[in-house]
Amino acid sequence: MPTLTIDGEEIEAEAGLTVLQACEIAGKEIPRFCYHERLSVAGNCRMCLVEVSPGPPKPAASCALPVADGMEVKTDSDMVRKARQGVMEFLLINHPLDCPICDQGGECDLQDQAMAYGNDGSRFLENKRAVEDKDLGPLIKTIMTRCIHCTRCIRFATEVAGVPELGATGRGENMEVGTYVEKALSSELSGNMIDLCPVGALTSKPYAFTARSWELKKTESIDVLDAVGSNIRVDTRGPEVMRILPRNNDGVNEEWISDKTRFACDGLRRQRLDKPYLRKDGKLQPVDWPEVLSVVGQMLAGTSGDKIAAIAGDLADAEAMLTLKELMDSLASPNIDCRQDGTRIGEGPRAAYLFNSTIDGIEDADALLIVGSNPRLEAPVLNARIRKRYLMGGFPVGLIGENADLTYRAEHLGAGPDTLQALIDGSIQFADVMKDAERPMIIVGTGALARPDGPAILAQSRKLGEAVGAVSGDWNGFNVLQRAASRIAGLDIGFRPGDGGRRTNQIIAGAASGDVEVVYLLGADEIDTTALGNAFVIYQGHHGDAGAHRADAILPGAAYTEKEATYVNVEGRAQQTKRAIFPPGDAKEDWAIIRALSESAGKKLPYDSLEQVRTRLAEIHPVFADIGEVTPAEWEAFGIEGDIESAPLRNPVTDFYLTDVISRASETMAECTAAARGGNPEKTGTDG
Amino acid sequence: MLQDRDRIFTNIYGFNDPFLGGARSRGDWDGTRDILAKGREWIVEEIKSSGLRGRGGAGFGTGLKWSFMPKESDGRPHYLVVNADEGEPGTCKDREIMRHDPHKLIEGCLLAGFAMGAHAAYIYVRGEFYRETEALQQAVDEAYDAGLLGDDACGSGWKMDVYVHRGAGAYICGEETALIESLEGKKGQPRLKPPFPANAGVYGCPTTVNNVESIAVAPEILRRGADWFAGFGRQNNTGTKLFNISGHVEHPCTVEEEMSIPLKTLIEKHAGGVRGGWDNLLAVIPGGASVPVIPKSICDNVLMDFDALREVQSGLGTAAVMVMDRSTDIIQAIARLSAFYKHESCGQCTPCREGTGWMMRVMNRMVTGEASLEEIDILEEVTRQVEGHTICALGDAAAWPIQGLIRHFRDEIEDRIRKRGRAAQAAE
Repeated sequence: MPTLTIDGEEIEAEAGLTVLQACEIAGKEIPRFCYHERLSVAGNCRMCLVEVSPGPPKPAASCALPVADGMEVKTDSDMVRKARQGVMEFLLINHPLDCPICDQGGECDLQDQAMAYGNDGSRFLENKRAVEDKDLGPLIKTIMTRCIHCTRCIRFATEVAGVPELGATGRGENMEVGTYVEKALSSELSGNMIDLCPVGALTSKPYAFTARSWELKKTESIDVLDAVGSNIRVDTRGPEVMRILPRNNDGVNEEWISDKTRFACDGLRRQRLDKPYLRKDGKLQPVDWPEVLSVVGQMLAGTSGDKIAAIAGDLADAEAMLTLKELMDSLASPNIDCRQDGTRIGEGPRAAYLFNSTIDGIEDADALLIVGSNPRLEAPVLNARIRKRYLMGGFPVGLIGENADLTYRAEHLGAGPDTLQALIDGSIQFADVMKDAERPMIIVGTGALARPDGPAILAQSRKLGEAVGAVSGDWNGFNVLQRAASRIAGLDIGFRPGDGGRRTNQIIAGAASGDVEVVYLLGADEIDTTALGNAFVIYQGHHGDAGAHRADAILPGAAYTEKEATYVNVEGRAQQTKRAIFPPGDAKEDWAIIRALSESAGKKLPYDSLEQVRTRLAEIHPVFADIGEVTPAEWEAFGIEGDIESAPLRNPVTDFYLTDVISRASETMAECTAAARGGNPEKTGTDG
Repeated sequence: MLQDRDRIFTNIYGFNDPFLGGARSRGDWDGTRDILAKGREWIVEEIKSSGLRGRGGAGFGTGLKWSFMPKESDGRPHYLVVNADEGEPGTCKDREIMRHDPHKLIEGCLLAGFAMGAHAAYIYVRGEFYRETEALQQAVDEAYDAGLLGDDACGSGWKMDVYVHRGAGAYICGEETALIESLEGKKGQPRLKPPFPANAGVYGCPTTVNNVESIAVAPEILRRGADWFAGFGRQNNTGTKLFNISGHVEHPCTVEEEMSIPLKTLIEKHAGGVRGGWDNLLAVIPGGASVPVIPKSICDNVLMDFDALREVQSGLGTAAVMVMDRSTDIIQAIARLSAFYKHESCGQCTPCREGTGWMMRVMNRMVTGEASLEEIDILEEVTRQVEGHTICALGDAAAWPIQGLIRHFRDEIEDRIRKRGRAAQAAE
């Protein structure tokens, strides 16, 4: 390893590191605007200049300079300070200095660095440059005059998001960042550019002028709008979630989050269930907690267990599902299911429903087959990881199902599941690609598993995985890509039909025919709620969506930002949300509602605190004892072999922005949907 | 004075046939196969010992540059790129070669390409050089037809292809890495170095970028021998060179002369002298727009070579001598150059993007005197803040002319500011 001296201190740095990275190891902070560890090196802001000898008698950009043995680096010499002051002066001469009205104020790199390297006055006597703002769609607000041309947004769009839509036009001081032809960005990750922008050129449109960063309370939490479990920070002011930002977690989301994760938070303010309701005379009437609990409790107590059923939705947390399962157990009801989309997974070993390779493990794979999924829409952050692997090279990708632009090149092998058999037979060329790969990966989407022949497709995919050596030694390349944040925890808890119990579709059919008299929906809105016949429907959840619409009793629960709850992500990694704000009105944390209800039903559950529920969770499954970690699952046979229909596979997500009750309540997401549908592409501006 | 028999470019004025027949009669393509037969090492050594320094402006040893190319290919092809994006204001030597002596360049491509293991040469021609591109392309076609290029170039068994590529007229694309970006179809912006083109150039493959003149003189050097070439000029500044003399001289011209010729001799012998006599001289920009101006007092004795001009804080650059007599508004002349650099800055790095505009605007006010005396020092400091802080040398090129102006003509700037101040006072 090369040894170099940084400000007189000798350090060893791995070959291939840059001087900037070495300085960081040595604990020297180097100011930078264009450099970002997850993007390619541009070296254009010239703020990270350091003095290096041996070398020419001028400062060098440390972000682009590889370390070399015997290098002597000075990070705070006169030459360096003068150079940085010069660069700072140049950055500021055409910057509007409108910090008081800038949303970036308080968290602006330029502002911070100007404190260290800026002058108190300006020597620039000319007019400042003004740049026309660009329309980048409903999420990103642009004030292009503030742009310092660091090109981070361009590099992010091109490299990470995989949509080369941003670029620089013009030369010199006329250079402008934009989309060439003005249009909304077509990325599901575009919001990350707001975080990357070191100044206030790209800011959040929905958040504009609503809060200052220093007046926000920051709570570290977990996202639940897809199954990735992105680590987030929830910024709140008083009772409102103002914005959501990513937190770094190299194992999960690196430092990216999807636009839904970031911008759907305005949905937390709308359509909320803040009071208990009971249907009286055909209309939902607000009531108080004792009344609703006693009515629902009596209903549960007075109905025979086999006529009661419960379905847990996509946003349900582990604590709530555990307490509900135990309540249903005590009522002797086997009719519970957490798979409202109808997938028949979780009936075998744990490896059959996990993303076994782990998200980080994608980078170790060397071939990929996607079956019945569009990861770009179902898990954009995970898709970015696939693209990252793709960009490293030597990563052929095959796709079975609906063809789509995944932001990387994927060979479309076929539309129907019969292609799986062709791959097992080796009758198509991609079979050799998979076989020749050392660590091949298969991702099976819920689009393939939610079909009636899902268990057979699962079995077939497992057979293919075993045939191409996707599971060997320390490598498990078999993955199921869940979409719902609740799903893995639900299956780990065992929230699925007991002996003789009904599955989701059987519950619905039973309710329609009258065999099921009471249906308990724990945030389950993505089922056909109009088909529940005359059953008494209890809806526990936080948004007035399809489930609440049909309900006879509503128990207002808490959204993910309002409760301490456990979720298990697609890899089987248990993570916990933290309460950032209190639930609105009379709404309560979900496990507590069920605990209270169990008492009115005469089946009191033995939990008086969240800790007790969590202790019980850990007893049921070790994953809940090991928060933040992934435990590999044992590989066993699973799936049910049987006939597979040849009908093409369909992706479950057609509109990325509207997939759950929160995003459906979000105005921002509605705008995104409208923008993504593109209005009338023929529009010329002269019509109307 | 260079003898006619020692001139390399014998058709630089286009008096004779520029194409294959004429070129052969001038000695081009003579014994090329024998030179190739002497091998890569020999060619590189010969060019090294000739002392040829790059003719594009920076003056880096051409033979040394060639020797940086990997000796053995690691599987990646090697490329020769010829920089014919001659955009330096005042410079007009490469275009003369391309339109009147294109075969010298093409033969040079073969020899240089062979010397660095390249089977392909790209000649990146400035977009405005439409006629030059035509002539060059015609010459390339002729060379293919005559078997001088192609799968078996000159019967040597070496495969050599030459492609002529037109740029779109951006000055920055004359910077070697920006040229490579542009050649690859991207926005012409200089790359970070390292990696240097010899490691990762065009399409990430080992590449050498040379100026047209550097390549075009190579065949003659190899034919006549390194000692012959090294016999001209001073040590480390050897050979002959095309000089472009423009501005306030009686006969502006392009002429091939010995290196290290005194500037005064050059102007008086070949350009008919300064308009109104040598004493009417105000200043000279000796090497294209990006080198600092030198006043008459320096011009009296300075030699035209890399080291001599460096000693007087200027540079040989492209050897484009711009002569200004006493009728010149020197401030305006330099302000015009500032406008040029502001217009041509690629916009990538902060100091150049912001600094060129700033400098231009201050210079424009200096022209009219609408400035304060303190601003001269501020302007000087701004040039120092740009110089050496950018990815490529355009920042330096934008800074140097202003530094030269302030160094030698500070009085003139101050006078103008004072005069303007007095006029403003009188008006009140």
